[in-house]
Amino acid sequence: MEPLMAILVGVMFATALYMMLRRSIVKLIIGLILLSNAANLLFFTAAGLERGAPPLIPLDAEGPLGVVADPLPQALILTAIVIAFGVLSFALVLINKAYQVVQADDLDQMKDTDT
Amino acid sequence: MLLAVLSGFILAALVPWLHPRLGVRAGWFYALLPAALTLYFATFLPQIAAGEVAHFHYTWAPGLGLDLSFYVDGLALLFALLISGIGTFILIYASDYLAGDERQPRFYVHILAFMASMLGLVLSDNLIALFIFWELTSITSYMLIGYDHENEYARKCALQGLIVTFGGGLALLAGFIMLAVVGDSYTISELLTQGDIIREHEWYLPLMLLILLGAFTKSAQWPFHFWLPNAMAAPTPVSAYLHSATMVKAGVYLLARMHPAIGATEAWILLCSLIGAVTMVTGAYFAVRSTQIKRVLAYTTVMALGTLTMLAGIGTEKAMIAFGAFLLAHSLYKGALFLVAGILDHETGTKDVLKMRGLVQAMPITALLAALAALSLAGVPPLFGFIGKEYMLEAAVGAPSFALLLTVMATVAAVLVVAAAAIVAVRPFYGERIETPKQPHDPPYGMLAGPAVLGVLGLLCGLAPGVPDALLISATASSLAGEPISANLALWHGINLPLLLSLFALAAGALLYHNWERVRGWMGRADALYARGPEAGYERLMQGMMWCADWQTRLLQNGYLRHYITTTVLTFVVLVGYTLITRFDGSLAAGLDVRFYEWIVAGVLVAAAIFACRTASRLAAVAAIGVVGFAIALLFILFSAPDLGTTQILVETLTVILLVLVLFRLPGFVSFSTRNQRIRDGIVAALLGVTVTALVMTTINYQFADPISAYHLEQSVPLAHGHNVVNVILVDYRALDTLGEIFVVALAAIGVFAMLKYTLTGESQDRHRRLTRAQEQTTGDSAERAEGERQES
Repeated sequence: MEPLMAILVGVMFATALYMMLRRSIVKLIIGLILLSNAANLLFFTAAGLERGAPPLIPLDAEGPLGVVADPLPQALILTAIVIAFGVLSFALVLINKAYQVVQADDLDQMKDTDT
Repeated sequence: MLLAVLSGFILAALVPWLHPRLGVRAGWFYALLPAALTLYFATFLPQIAAGEVAHFHYTWAPGLGLDLSFYVDGLALLFALLISGIGTFILIYASDYLAGDERQPRFYVHILAFMASMLGLVLSDNLIALFIFWELTSITSYMLIGYDHENEYARKCALQGLIVTFGGGLALLAGFIMLAVVGDSYTISELLTQGDIIREHEWYLPLMLLILLGAFTKSAQWPFHFWLPNAMAAPTPVSAYLHSATMVKAGVYLLARMHPAIGATEAWILLCSLIGAVTMVTGAYFAVRSTQIKRVLAYTTVMALGTLTMLAGIGTEKAMIAFGAFLLAHSLYKGALFLVAGILDHETGTKDVLKMRGLVQAMPITALLAALAALSLAGVPPLFGFIGKEYMLEAAVGAPSFALLLTVMATVAAVLVVAAAAIVAVRPFYGERIETPKQPHDPPYGMLAGPAVLGVLGLLCGLAPGVPDALLISATASSLAGEPISANLALWHGINLPLLLSLFALAAGALLYHNWERVRGWMGRADALYARGPEAGYERLMQGMMWCADWQTRLLQNGYLRHYITTTVLTFVVLVGYTLITRFDGSLAAGLDVRFYEWIVAGVLVAAAIFACRTASRLAAVAAIGVVGFAIALLFILFSAPDLGTTQILVETLTVILLVLVLFRLPGFVSFSTRNQRIRDGIVAALLGVTVTALVMTTINYQFADPISAYHLEQSVPLAHGHNVVNVILVDYRALDTLGEIFVVALAAIGVFAMLKYTLTGESQDRHRRLTRAQEQTTGDSAERAEGERQES
């Protein structure tokens, strides 16, 4: 499964970057969402894949029964997902505001601070 | 000792509070500190004269092996006494010189801080501490040269001095670190005993060159000498103190201090003695060329610094003794002369020696003090300057290499300096009286005290050379040599070559002064050559740097986000790609056991991601993003991360809702780019994708360290009483992390709220309205006034 995941991550990164290179700020936001998803997926793959063995401990046991997936990367990705959402909502409102002020959704028209 | 060094900083910090409470005599009060320090350092004299040294040790940062330790030997004590002794008179002098100047407190803050830094510099026994004090003197010097900060010229000169000395300071730091690595110690007194090891090391040459660069820039050696005459933009007490008696001698001090550790090799002798000699002659030449009194003195200082460097280079026993004697003599007479120059400037209102003549009747005491110091500068017996010069010539004659060249250059410099001494002490005072911008008279006692004491000391030391010798000079020479030397200074050496050269210099110098006008004319013709000298090189370097900064800012900071992203990504691709190719060992990710439903999820993911890029509809793009998110959630669930799956589903749902809400307040997709741009971006994107894929494929099999989560799994139930290990990690093991995350989200929420709530456009419209109203009112007023005036007329 790892080679397939590697290709998926590559595709995600490529599409994310392509969208971030557009001049339209809406496309930039879409690129940003793709990028954070791509990064999460990369981390998830790099930590090792395990089918059907979530890091849960049965109620009557003291420790895990058999091999389970590594819980630490999962915890880190969980944090990353939430933070990415925070960043996204901020960015979204920011471009909305920027559009209201500058009346342009073209990044090339926003390259100076003095306009 | 620590208190002695730091007391200057403490007093400097108190000045803003003290000054308003002390009134006009504040300078006298501050002078109590250096006076007390002089007495304190004088108590070391018997010990040092007996050939001992004193160590003081204070722990500073033991973890880094840094100590604040001080070391008092002959060299350090000579400097410490000069710094505190001359400092006393400078502060007294300044209180009259700067009388009525509102910026006085600032002056005292800087000069006291400088004094403390300089004391720290000469007393430090630790390379890093020495370096820090070294840079502090550069900074305080910058502040003091730029004292008249509303004057553009002063600012420019201050910056020039700072850049030159800081440039050298950087080299010095590198040299110090290399020295510490080679000698395996940051303690100077330990390094001094390891000269043989250091000189044999393969790093010796680079580290010596770096240290010399630091010393040469600080002590204004050719070709870095140009900053010192420009530093004369500072008030005269500063010039007398920093740019003659103390700070510029820091470089020479360093040469002397390091001499036992890194000196006396062929390269050292060659560089120090030749550069010193060139500096000496250059300085003496321009001293005679200049007509502005402070510049004349500045150039003679350059000459003296060159002489000291040359002596440190020659390195014979005679040269060491000459070093100590010349250093002391120079500090005494040059300090006095600068203070006299300040008096002349202060009382006549001009700095140009051509514009003052015949002042002897108006200011007899000043004339007498000037003569006393200038005779010492010219090297007339029985003043101490004569002894210094005799030993200097003797050292040049007896130099192991280039003896003839050095002797000729030293004699030329001596001739020129005699003329320069006459320019300063004869020209303004004698001859027919001419009118000066101000009516001159002798200054208050505070301004006469400094030159009087320094001048008389110069005379006494000359008459009884045994006293300074026994107290300091022998000990200083011993510090340089690293072994005991007995100087036995004497006024009369019998008739020998140095004496004849001295007499020749006096006669030739007098002749030169007599024909000064004509000589200056000749020298003026060579000015064009000098215009292409080191200072022009500095200017061009600065221009080049500005141009380069301008160019690279325009290139790199171009304001286009996509250029920044492209640059970053391509750098990443090249660096990672290169490493992957060169380090590839054939290990690739294996495991092609893909279930059929996984194929479907992966296919959907890829299709949705590509569709999101290609579609021209905003809604379709948002939907595609949603599909991507949910597909990833499915992957999380399939590969044993149920918590991630649920979070992803929740967040993705919110994201889509948010996008739909906001995006439709924005304009629709417009295609700004051309086909070629899209292809170019596509290639960059594909490169990144391929690199990341290759990265995952090649690195997935590596495990550099054991995962720490085994502990988490084991202890989740016994310690944290939780059965979902991911949750336990989030709220227990890494709870602080989660707290930080909550902060981030809360901050984002506040930002979002602020942006939605407060509309800039509304507010600015409001302000605009107010502004226009105000404008209308003023125009209305002026119209009324104009109306009224018309009626009156």
